[in-house]
Amino acid sequence: MSVADAAPVQSGKAQSAAAEAIHVENLHKKFGQLHVLKGVSLSARDGEVVAIIGGSGSGKSTLLRCINCLENPTSGIIRVNGEEIKLKADSHGHTVPADRRQIERIRSRLGMVFQNFNLWSHMTLIENVIEVPVHVLGVKRDAAIAQAEKLLARVGLAEKRDVYPAFLSGGQQQRAAIARALAINPRVMLFDEPTSALDPELVGEVLKVIGDLAREGRTMVLVTHEMKFAREVATHVVYLYNGLVEEEGPPEQLFGAPKSERLKQFLRNVG
Amino acid sequence: MAPGWGGTLLVGLLHSLEIAIGATCLGLLIGTAGAFGKLYGGPVTRDLLAVYTTVVRAVPELVLILLLYYAGTDLINQVLAAMGYSRVDISGLAAGIFVLGFVQGAYSTEVIRGAILAIPQGQIEAARAYGMPPGLMLRRITLPAMLPFAIPGLANLWLIATKDTALLAVVGFFELTLATRQAAGVTKAYLLFYVAAGVLYLAVTLFSNLIIGRVEAWSRRGMPSVKEAR
Repeated sequence: MSVADAAPVQSGKAQSAAAEAIHVENLHKKFGQLHVLKGVSLSARDGEVVAIIGGSGSGKSTLLRCINCLENPTSGIIRVNGEEIKLKADSHGHTVPADRRQIERIRSRLGMVFQNFNLWSHMTLIENVIEVPVHVLGVKRDAAIAQAEKLLARVGLAEKRDVYPAFLSGGQQQRAAIARALAINPRVMLFDEPTSALDPELVGEVLKVIGDLAREGRTMVLVTHEMKFAREVATHVVYLYNGLVEEEGPPEQLFGAPKSERLKQFLRNVG
Repeated sequence: MAPGWGGTLLVGLLHSLEIAIGATCLGLLIGTAGAFGKLYGGPVTRDLLAVYTTVVRAVPELVLILLLYYAGTDLINQVLAAMGYSRVDISGLAAGIFVLGFVQGAYSTEVIRGAILAIPQGQIEAARAYGMPPGLMLRRITLPAMLPFAIPGLANLWLIATKDTALLAVVGFFELTLATRQAAGVTKAYLLFYVAAGVLYLAVTLFSNLIIGRVEAWSRRGMPSVKEAR
């Protein structure tokens, strides 16, 4: 892809073959009195698909949104491609990113897909897809359009390129949002319950697109309620309970032979 | 109509439009900055803006115009004198634009603040999530996304501005109303000239509606028609 660049991968740690794309360590998040995350650690290596599962209020969406500082963590360490996000305390004592340019640069390499799609309503699909490459990453408009057309074709929306999002179904909007995320050639894709807002009959078309991306080796962190899907595509599954990692491991182990009573209970309820 | 007086009215109309356009542009600048200050500014900024919008919207515009026009020019000249400069004559046009723009800014602040609040917050969040710097986000996302919600209110403000220019007649600025008064006073053809002035104001409104309608349709291009939702 034309927007590819070689992000500096710190090779200091000689652990396994693939570099660590996302590293979260001892993350805490408080909303006022509410302690949502109580020291969570998470790691995603290049090519891994990490699925975060858990009940409502377990903190799974908050955890995902802390990775690109859409929610500012109260404390903890976040590294993206080996680069630690610099945090500082503001005048109210809240933790905020210390370096706006750093967080903007990191965000522009993380392709986020939201539960409610969040396409820009005043732009057509093709304009949505080229917006960030052209205006944030500085890609030439012609090149961005050519790439965006390929991406829209890939998610099955080639003929909808000049349509505004409000005129499309939820499934179509979410597929376009995935094309928008792919257009930045993301190092990691972040999915925040991408099918939760969809009518049941539209879930399949979106999961198929995400599944294809997972199978081609994209690095992903995925918050989902679709257990069957998580079992199929994830390489690693994390079960959050009440702001803590209750159990994690490969999907066969987590879904096939869960150790934690709470996880067993959770799987019985959603299954 | 006496020859020449028609031209006088048109010159007055031109001055009125100059003031209205200038004041609306200034008001939009103040309003955009004010709305962002109120929404995202610190406590001091928010308090100052609250005082500004409350006071300006509470005091009759005629009083504000008299106050800002006479006291304002006096103040500027006192400051200039204190700094050792000579007094300046502030042009009626500049003063009029400033005074009406200052008033318009207070109303625009509230219209634009409401419009920004009406944007689905997910769209702002998506812009943040993709690393847009604040200036780019304002230009590419926030302003275009709030426009459909702001247009009706801003269109009202524009139409009010065209008519508020008449208030400047009291400070002797030669705009349409003062021109009409002169023409009518000299010729004694009161009915003729005041009806003519009324027709000119109406023409401005009708033409404005045409343009505003197009701008609004354009700003709503991504939104389904409300008729279909009935």
